Amino acid sequence: MVQIKLESQILGANDLIARRNSAHFQENQILAINLMSSPGSGKTTLLERTIDALADSLKMAVIEGDLYTDQDAQRIEKKGVKVVQINTDGTCHLDAGMVERAFKEIAYDGLQLLFVENVGNLVCPAEFNLGEDLRVVLATTTEGNDKITKYPLIFREAQAVVLNKIDLLPYTDFSLEQFQEDVQRINPQARIFMISGRTGQGIDEWTQWLLEEVRYKISTG
Amino acid sequence: MHELSLMTSVLETVRQGALDNDIKQVKKVKLVIGKLSQALPDSLQFAFGVLSQDEMFRGAVLEIEEKDIICLCPDCQNQFAVQDDYSFICPNCQGLKVEIISGRELYIDYFEGDLTDGTD
Repeated sequence: MVQIKLESQILGANDLIARRNSAHFQENQILAINLMSSPGSGKTTLLERTIDALADSLKMAVIEGDLYTDQDAQRIEKKGVKVVQINTDGTCHLDAGMVERAFKEIAYDGLQLLFVENVGNLVCPAEFNLGEDLRVVLATTTEGNDKITKYPLIFREAQAVVLNKIDLLPYTDFSLEQFQEDVQRINPQARIFMISGRTGQGIDEWTQWLLEEVRYKISTG
Repeated sequence: MHELSLMTSVLETVRQGALDNDIKQVKKVKLVIGKLSQALPDSLQFAFGVLSQDEMFRGAVLEIEEKDIICLCPDCQNQFAVQDDYSFICPNCQGLKVEIISGRELYIDYFEGDLTDGTD
């Protein structure tokens, strides 16, 4: 019997492509955001609102990740923004290779802000680095308070946590206090935004932050 | 849910390692998985069972070592284990910028095998 020491990262192949993506975004001064949440949290609605608010200020594009259909991509396309749909055909997350291929299709000179809308899932996407600059997780008042402690990795690794469906708060048992306490314990440095994709509440603060992050990226590029 | 794709990649890497080292029969694969990782040991075992059906992996076992979540506070140099409440705030100085030094592992440590078919 022989033992062969490998010490090989299981996600090594993914991380290699992610580093390539990251270098590419850096070279072209593109801020790339990996947007993650459970299904039905309002990722696409948030993107629609964001595009409306920033269309005059920034050049944006979207990579849409879904298991099946291009329904989300169609919604984004209506906003006049370049969009590429990735269908994972059952795979529960996007990986760096899928993003690399989709990004080649975008081929957009002057692009400043790239959103990657991940597959709706709080588990697997957290594990796969795409080469993004920032990770944003969407949570909702209707999902309940427990999601943050049940899926700690995705909340730990996010630079911003967006709480959506704030307009529905009076109709739920959701505790804002508990939410803030949980996020601050798991990820004390995360920015927290409270928004309603339906009414537009809180969108200004969120888009202001995006503008600042894009400017920061350009100034350090 | 992504354990099947992780295990596919593990077995590809081990298979290549076995070919490179003239190993005909893999007996054991050892993984190290941090507790903050989203890969569940039970699901990895299941995936290993499903995917290791061919000649090279027949009868092989998968061993998984789990690593606790350990953080280092750069402000006061305190090292602490993160408990079930997932508090990443330094219990010594309440520092907020702690670094995770263990708990994110997801790697193949080693594998064992025989150079010939079943005979050492």
